[in-house]
Amino acid sequence: MLLLALDTATPAVTVALHDGRDVIASSSQVDARRHGELLLPAIDRVFAEAGLRLDAVTGIVAGIGPGPYTGLRVGLMTADTFGLALGVPVHGVCTLDGLAYAADLQGPFVVATDARRKEVYWARYTDSRTRVTDPAVDRPADIAEQVAGLPAVGAGALLYPETFPKAHEPEHVSAAALARLAAEKLAAGEELPAPRPLYLRRPDAQVPKNYKVVTPK
Amino acid sequence: MADEPLVLGIETSCDETGVGIVRGTTLLADAVASSVDEHARFGGVVPEVASRAHLEAMVPTIDRALKEAGVSARDLDGIAVTAGPGLAGALLVGVSAAKAYAYALGKPLYGVNHLASHICVDQLEHGALPEPTMALLVSGGHSSLLLSSDITSDVRPMGATIDDAAGEAFDKIARVLNLGFPGGPVIDRYAKEGDPTAIAFPRGLTGPRDPAYDFSFSGLKTAVARWIEAKRAAGEEVPVRDVAASFQEAVVDVLTRKAVRACKDEGVDHLMIGGGVAANSRLRVLAQERCEAAGIRLRVPRPKLCTDNGAMVAALGAEMVARGRASSSWDLSADSSLPVTEPHVPGDHDHVHEVSKENLYS
Ligand SMILES: [Zn+2]
Repeated sequence: MLLLALDTATPAVTVALHDGRDVIASSSQVDARRHGELLLPAIDRVFAEAGLRLDAVTGIVAGIGPGPYTGLRVGLMTADTFGLALGVPVHGVCTLDGLAYAADLQGPFVVATDARRKEVYWARYTDSRTRVTDPAVDRPADIAEQVAGLPAVGAGALLYPETFPKAHEPEHVSAAALARLAAEKLAAGEELPAPRPLYLRRPDAQVPKNYKVVTPK
Repeated sequence: MADEPLVLGIETSCDETGVGIVRGTTLLADAVASSVDEHARFGGVVPEVASRAHLEAMVPTIDRALKEAGVSARDLDGIAVTAGPGLAGALLVGVSAAKAYAYALGKPLYGVNHLASHICVDQLEHGALPEPTMALLVSGGHSSLLLSSDITSDVRPMGATIDDAAGEAFDKIARVLNLGFPGGPVIDRYAKEGDPTAIAFPRGLTGPRDPAYDFSFSGLKTAVARWIEAKRAAGEEVPVRDVAASFQEAVVDVLTRKAVRACKDEGVDHLMIGGGVAANSRLRVLAQERCEAAGIRLRVPRPKLCTDNGAMVAALGAEMVARGRASSSWDLSADSSLPVTEPHVPGDHDHVHEVSKENLYS
């Protein structure tokens, strides 16, 4: 088994290779504005490091967000197209689940990433493998009660200490964690979600205002 | 001919997910998935709606193109993709797909210019482009006069719109007339039954001291809107067919007049017209008349090749391969304002247009 995992739903452009036992190569760069440029060279580097080629993979794992859309789509489009070209399955993993897995906490906690516009993408977990709420997007103040007293991880938690006073690392998701989580679930015979984006918000559609009269009154 | 380059082209600069396959100058497949219906209720293309649609449509559209062409992905000689100009987020979906496809198949990647592709597509219809070629590109996003002596390396801007694109003017007038979106086809249809000389709408930038090859459609748009409002205010019925015909005549009169003048001034005996507005029936007729009178050969591809499509990108990609142009590197970026003077983005590209990415993730 050889899994290629990637995630572009947070400011990190992160790639990892997992051979069924563990991660054998990985790369993570943080640059929220250059997912499109950084992803493929990173993939190329990871394969070179492992001394393998893309056509050796048996499956692709892609973070499905939630996350800022433009970056999120870079990873999902790349994963989709690899799947088409190589004829291998493409699995989705919720990006927040990857962060939760990397957090490696025992008790209940929260994962929150930065959704911009003063909001966070977030979900609650009872342990690192068990999410108990659907991923959602909210203003931190509006969810203060639901997350009160809980430890929290992710850039969204670190950004709003009033709501998340017990926030700590990891800040961004890593594909290594995503790969380990996916490998564990696949080995257990669990079904992973389709690699479709979790946008959580409707597209901003500026409906043009009603036709503006040009004749001066 | 089997030794001509077999190239797959991906186009996502606006609301059409286009995947085309060509062998040299022969069209093998032209698969398009459009999200236009999703934009119609907004009266214009909504970038985020377009980007979401591209992501969903890409893999099925590539699949469809390969089946249509009857070729195997392994046999491709290269993957071409629109690197710009266009909607930043939409372009990025296509660029991501093209990079992944090229990388996975072990093929060279060619990031190409959308405007140069609009010109090059004519090779699929009328054979090799004459050199030089004058090109009039008119659509909802662009209105430019371009002169190219080699479509892979030399495209010179002669003139462009200083405000609205021609197609935009069609959309806006259609909206004022409550005819829906997109405006081009519906105005064309109403105009067929109207009198193009009924109302004398202004011809923008045609004064003696105006720039010879630039266009302006904003004044025309306002004049038409004002005329319609005056009718409505007077409680009279708006003669939709005559307004459509007279407005359309004003647009195509200026477009063809300036294009023919540019050909004469530069001593170019070929004019090609591309872009969505090239589907306009009156533009085709008037351009033909005026080119014939001036001894210029007119080349207009069939309407489906004039609107945004993947075949045009493949056509330019195939030309890049045929002429041995450098391929793009894996860090190719989507450049929403890629200048028309750069027909493609070779690997040693110096990223001078960094600024244009500012709006990419906004
Ligand atoms: Zn176009």
